[in-house]
Amino acid sequence: MKVGVVTFPGTLDDRDAARAANHAGTTAVSLWHGDADLKGVDAVILPGGFSYGDYLRCGAISRFAPVMEKVIAAAKGGMPLLGICNGFQVLCEAHLLPGALTRNHELHFLCRDQKIEITNNQSAWTSSYEVGQEIIIPLKNGEGSFQCDDATLAALESEGRIIARYVGENPNGSRNKIAGITNERGNIVGLMPHPEHAIDTLTGPTADGLGFFTSVLNAMVK
Amino acid sequence: MAKIVVDVMLKPEILDPQGSAVSAALPRLGFTFAKSVRQGKRFEIEVDGDPTPAQLAEVEKAAKTLLANPVIETFKVSVEK
Repeated sequence: MKVGVVTFPGTLDDRDAARAANHAGTTAVSLWHGDADLKGVDAVILPGGFSYGDYLRCGAISRFAPVMEKVIAAAKGGMPLLGICNGFQVLCEAHLLPGALTRNHELHFLCRDQKIEITNNQSAWTSSYEVGQEIIIPLKNGEGSFQCDDATLAALESEGRIIARYVGENPNGSRNKIAGITNERGNIVGLMPHPEHAIDTLTGPTADGLGFFTSVLNAMVK
Repeated sequence: MAKIVVDVMLKPEILDPQGSAVSAALPRLGFTFAKSVRQGKRFEIEVDGDPTPAQLAEVEKAAKTLLANPVIETFKVSVEK
């Protein structure tokens, strides 16, 4: 089971995402933004960072990278696709997920261990969790405030497409404390906090994030 | 030389923390005129000679595709002499 991890210029978390994928029992494959080639992978992760320096809008330029054409087509065909932080921003810019991520409401860059609640375990990336399970993984972003119009928010809520919410105080002003969402089919997930930084207690605050990467293994075995 | 200008603004319903921060800073400096402030982006695009309708149509398309995100922003294309 091969999981591709895309590197854009300015990506930071590709190494940790690849390590997490390997740790979960899949095989990480590096994908380069400039190559329109998915190298036969079964799933793709768009990792965190500051692709293209966050110029214009976060994810706005990466969304048009050559590799994204293949990623978008494969994801529309059902391939599991996870966007973490900057990757979530890329997914919204590519219109694979609704809404947009905007500047944190208090303007500060956040970097801390964040408690989130898993609210949907039917997606390709969350099946290892229980609904209502609370996990702690790092949150680090400047533009993590999930915004969308009222109709989109109502649809996300009624269709159960919010996969995780922040617990406690809203850290960044996201509507309805949204930390992550999925598409109708459940194969595409965008998540603002970083599960790849919490896969073992040697390097992370917890091992709570590993479930995202074992979930996709289950999804691919099915 | 004339240039094509694209002004991009966040939609009114989208929270604008940068505008709010500017709005809060003004009265601290004694400027009390502002009821509210919203911050946007401006692109100045140079072309050879005067912009043609075809070029303006292309810019409109580029604005929709790349310069603005229609999910959260609106834009206006104009020509400045």
